[in-house]
Amino acid sequence: MSKTSKSLAVASAVAAALTAAATMPAAAGTKEKCYGVSLAGQNDCAAGPGTTCAGTSTVDYQGNAWTLVDAGTCADIELPDLADGSKRTGSLDAQERDLPA
Amino acid sequence: MLQSFPNRSLPNAPGVGYKPQHFAEIMEQAEPVQWLEIHAENYMGAGGRPLAQLRHLAEKFAISVHGVGLSIGGEAPLDPEHLSRLKHLVSWLNPASFSEHLAWSTHDGQFYNDLLPLPYTDETLTRVCTHIDQLQEVIDRPMLLENPSSYLAFAESTWSEPDFLAEISRRTDCGLLLDVNNVFVSATNLAFSPQGYIDAFALDRVGEIHLGGHDEDTDDQGRPLLIDSHGREVVDPVWALLDYTLERAGPKPVLIEWDNDVPDWSTLAAEAERAAFALANLPAQAPLAAAQQVPA
Amino acid sequence: MSKQLKSHTPLVDQAQFITALMSAETPVPEGLVDQDCLAAGRRFSVYRNNVAVSLTEAMHSAFPVVAKLLGNKNMDGLSGLFLRAHPPSSPLMMFYGAEFPAFLEGMPQLDHLGYLGDIARLELALRHAYHAADASAIDPLKLAELSEEALLQTGLTLSPALHLLRSPWPIQSIWRFNTIEGADKPQAGAEAVLITRPEFDPIPQVVSSAEATWIEALMQGASIGQALDQARSTDTKFDLSSPLTLLLQGGAITGLVNKG
Repeated sequence: MSKTSKSLAVASAVAAALTAAATMPAAAGTKEKCYGVSLAGQNDCAAGPGTTCAGTSTVDYQGNAWTLVDAGTCADIELPDLADGSKRTGSLDAQERDLPA
Repeated sequence: MLQSFPNRSLPNAPGVGYKPQHFAEIMEQAEPVQWLEIHAENYMGAGGRPLAQLRHLAEKFAISVHGVGLSIGGEAPLDPEHLSRLKHLVSWLNPASFSEHLAWSTHDGQFYNDLLPLPYTDETLTRVCTHIDQLQEVIDRPMLLENPSSYLAFAESTWSEPDFLAEISRRTDCGLLLDVNNVFVSATNLAFSPQGYIDAFALDRVGEIHLGGHDEDTDDQGRPLLIDSHGREVVDPVWALLDYTLERAGPKPVLIEWDNDVPDWSTLAAEAERAAFALANLPAQAPLAAAQQVPA
Repeated sequence: MSKQLKSHTPLVDQAQFITALMSAETPVPEGLVDQDCLAAGRRFSVYRNNVAVSLTEAMHSAFPVVAKLLGNKNMDGLSGLFLRAHPPSSPLMMFYGAEFPAFLEGMPQLDHLGYLGDIARLELALRHAYHAADASAIDPLKLAELSEEALLQTGLTLSPALHLLRSPWPIQSIWRFNTIEGADKPQAGAEAVLITRPEFDPIPQVVSSAEATWIEALMQGASIGQALDQARSTDTKFDLSSPLTLLLQGGAITGLVNKG
């Protein structure tokens, strides 16, 4: 593309963007009143609720001792594996195949 | 953050620990709540909604900044980065009060997100005083130091907690934050008289009172073990201990803390209403504690 | 005021305390006692519980989509492992979990869920965008005032809240599927995600690979023209109007710099 046509393309693209941005704001006004609590992250000075149980298991906290015990939404997502291209589900019943021998 | 806010002091009235989900209600009608406390570490991001909300709140209310991460009781020197974050926040906000805990939470550069206990000895007394001197110099104002909730004791301790806190206050000129629920929790857990603790406490140094809800558990012998969970209403015996304290200390700023299972605003405001009632029904005579001034 | 200690009183330093705190197999240090000066036992568990529960809650709050993908029990278990391997290195809980993406990718039990690490990276980026410094967007008309030649030589100063992630996985689609009711099931394929924060809430949006290239070039200081050349080298049909619209809508352009 010649320099002139490139700059023309840019100018018209910028004009199109300005029009689009002016006519469709990205999000309705949210302002301070919305809480956004989920992204805030929190420090506080309270003790953990109610019990002395958590953190007291004598099960060794070793990564290789941990197993997947129940399924979240990953079981609903089917994506082909990247490395070998074969179809694998996100289902947790694939786990045994993936554990080291 | 060039802006700063006018000088204010905490009123002898109810305040609450601020939760972002209550922002709209607080800005519209906060009664009977007259001041707010924030946890310093939640306002150490660079910008965004937390600081924008705080700016609006500080225009309207006296704010108490309550640190939960400095590790004043730690063996290690205070974290210079955290000190400078505190300095930055305090110099921008110009809060009515700054407080921290008689506890530690950082060891070997790692932060454990809990208020861990320390023994009360001559050695730890010196260390805590050094840290408080350093902090007060950095933020250029006196702080209030809060009594912890105790679940256990150290065999090596040679000081009682009220004496330890009074001596720190005497040496550093810091004020004290008296958490009445913590007194009740510790007294139950370690079998001492909560009234006796209040009697021994340097009430003339108290600049703020905390109240919160606790949970009940048991120790290995089946004895009650109270947990300072801040997840429910303040219980009646703690309200009674507040009355006992206010009768001796005189009116003070009284804060309701509710950090877990945070309720709707009306529930929190009802707790503040109860604190307002306690403050309004103090006997007319002068408090038993002398009129010595707490550092402003 | 201060009483005398018996010579055999056991002392507890903070290193001992932490070792016992983080490993339930380590005995409670002697010297931690109850009101009768007997071993503290279960009382010490309150502290173990507080650390484990509070950091586990921090992980759920930082990575809600990872937690939803795996289920809460799995997230609890992983958090227990993670918090022992990587206790916070700062008292700012808002930024806890920076090592979590790599941690997830290092768990052989999760090998079949190759996208988890990038989902965690997306969640971290959203949180950083939420807490990023405020910056005022330029009046978009300033761009309209520039001549065509000047436009090509202009660089953009971008908001600190702006983030761009590339993944071989459809991470934005997976994120939507788990946060927006009725969102479509993710389809296989790489996605690049642009995060802007027009006011206070970060918005993740998919951009094409060439659009990502154009934005990355601008982030690295290229002019609009230089960035265009880079994007066109990967896609000859690249049109900057769409990514520029996203930047303008997202309030992400905070200044114009003449690179001529």
